[in-house]
Amino acid sequence: MSSKYEAHWKDTSSLTMITLLLWFFFSIVVHAFGSSLNSISFLGFPLGYYMAAQGSLLAFVIIIFWSAGRQEKIDEKHGFDEKE
Amino acid sequence: MIQGKFVDNLPKVYGLYTGGFIVFILIMAVFEAMGMSASTIGILFVAFTIFIYAAIGWLSRTMAVDAYYVAGREVPTVFNGMATAADWMSGASFVAMAGGIFFGGHPYMAFLTGWTGGYVLVATLMAPYLRKFGCYTVPDFIGTRYGGNLTRFFAVVVLVIASFTYVTAQINATGTIASRALQIPFEVGVWFGLLGILLCSMLGGMRAVTWTQVAQYIVLIIAYLIPVFWISNNLGVGLFPHLSYGSAVSRITELEALHGLGMAATESFAGLQNLKVAHAFIPEGGAAAWKFISLAICMMLGTASLPHILMRYFTTPSVKSARKSVAYSLLFIFILYFSAPALATLSKLAMLDPELATGIIGKSFADVSSLSWIQNWSNVGFLAISDSNGDGILQINEFFLRPDVVVLATPEIAGLPYVISGLVAAGGMAAAMSTADGLLLAIANALSHDMYYKIIDPLADTKKRLIVARVLLIVIGALGAFIASLKLTSILGAVAWAFDFAMSGLFFPLVLGIWWKRANRAGALAGMFFGLVSGTAYLIYVAPAFMGNDPWMGIDNLRFGIIGASVSLVAMVVVSLMTEEPDEATQKMVDETRVPAGQPIIAQKQ
Repeated sequence: MSSKYEAHWKDTSSLTMITLLLWFFFSIVVHAFGSSLNSISFLGFPLGYYMAAQGSLLAFVIIIFWSAGRQEKIDEKHGFDEKE
Repeated sequence: MIQGKFVDNLPKVYGLYTGGFIVFILIMAVFEAMGMSASTIGILFVAFTIFIYAAIGWLSRTMAVDAYYVAGREVPTVFNGMATAADWMSGASFVAMAGGIFFGGHPYMAFLTGWTGGYVLVATLMAPYLRKFGCYTVPDFIGTRYGGNLTRFFAVVVLVIASFTYVTAQINATGTIASRALQIPFEVGVWFGLLGILLCSMLGGMRAVTWTQVAQYIVLIIAYLIPVFWISNNLGVGLFPHLSYGSAVSRITELEALHGLGMAATESFAGLQNLKVAHAFIPEGGAAAWKFISLAICMMLGTASLPHILMRYFTTPSVKSARKSVAYSLLFIFILYFSAPALATLSKLAMLDPELATGIIGKSFADVSSLSWIQNWSNVGFLAISDSNGDGILQINEFFLRPDVVVLATPEIAGLPYVISGLVAAGGMAAAMSTADGLLLAIANALSHDMYYKIIDPLADTKKRLIVARVLLIVIGALGAFIASLKLTSILGAVAWAFDFAMSGLFFPLVLGIWWKRANRAGALAGMFFGLVSGTAYLIYVAPAFMGNDPWMGIDNLRFGIIGASVSLVAMVVVSLMTEEPDEATQKMVDETRVPAGQPIIAQKQ
């Protein structure tokens, strides 16, 4: 396959790696330390509780919007965006 | 008005619809003030909303294959987000989640993390590529990417097992709500619920389901949020509770100490639970953290493998909009999910705080037993209070409630007018119906498109295919309603199992099909087969309902997907590497799948 495809896939893969690292942090790492985080107060909430009730969820929403925007730029850069 | 220009007028149409629904709520409030009975209001709410969905279903009827299977691929980004959110949020999310948090505390919130975090995987690993592929169903992707009827057949089997487990729970939920709101026996409620579901989906397939799901999202989100805001302001927690309920959380922690939370109850009632877990407490140690994380992992990988969700992204006009649509889906889901712990907190505060008019714990037993909501819910066996120690005061270990009625009962607990309870019942109905619709359609489409058309009779004409699809929809729905009427599993148990089945059999065959060119047919077959078989075997080994053995490393029956998916990954990689790499045409197909530009992989043959 031509290098055009390879270059696009390389950029896409690294963006996906970064996105998955952020995902891993907010879905797993944060909750591995839930009990210790609970001694910190955030907006009046114990932080461990807050991350499970709101924090991680909000982070996921932001991650997906951000990642989708970045991916659009990658597609445009390599000329693979859809002509509408 | 549904035809042609309908798609261009969506904001206007649904704006009018939302306005109309709010007017309906106000009219009901006026009727209540004029003395209409609570049960009549409940009936009107449920009947009116089902009538609207059925009308949308009728107006969206179609005989075109593209419209039936993928809504003509013209659903705009934001509206597909709403439809997906309704498709996603089931009776379990709407009815059972806040109740689960109410009784289960922090460990239960692993479901919140799992059911939102999974969308990151859908957005980055799956949705845009499956949209580019241009398939009608999830097995369509597996069958085309790996080739061969056997691969397609295995994918159909996993899909049917996962989705059918799930749909039974949803029909169960529609039956529960219909029977409560319309005051009919549960067994009749189940069939009534099914009728509503079929009216939405049968005539118009994916197109009808899409437009009813948008309507259902609007009803369910209004029904969930109004009580949260109203109660928060009643209790003085703040105008926007999501930002300020931290104070309520710490107040509950004080009250738990005051009421002596943790004293074992001396009595027990079947199906009812007593408050035992501290609201914001997070257990220390690796085992507790692993329990949370392992459940979240199962729900996340399951989310990314459930066909009724993935197929929603086949309906967008482009790859770009499929990707953005995942983001909007999660935003709309987030609005309900971050309200669920707030609702659980407010509801608990209303009950525990003796300084509030609504407080019951620590109050005189005689006073509490004369409250009308206590009587209403204990009459149907969903609530029980008992003065176990005979001191004439209701103690925290003398109050018992069925977890999945917390959302339905909270408006009454907090002293809101009955019109809100009717609204909440309509919201719960919308949530359960929309998910059941999506699931039934996923099953019937896989059977009609992949089994019947692709494997059994590839020469069938359009009309015959669509008739087969509809007959299957009715048969599967009826089978689901029949099993639901037997009341075999609790709502939540069945839901978690569906995620575990889906991730055991489908997660790695889907992901590696896009992300690993070397993955081949033999590998995919091994991945699906050994994943599903090992997962199921482990489920039978640990589930209390079957062999009930001690879980290995804390992997219990809600988490069996961890075993299934791991085996699936190993089997798929090992077998793929042991056999020949895919031919050049397949590798080129994968390259094309990875870029948004160009024609879909599966050419439109209609």
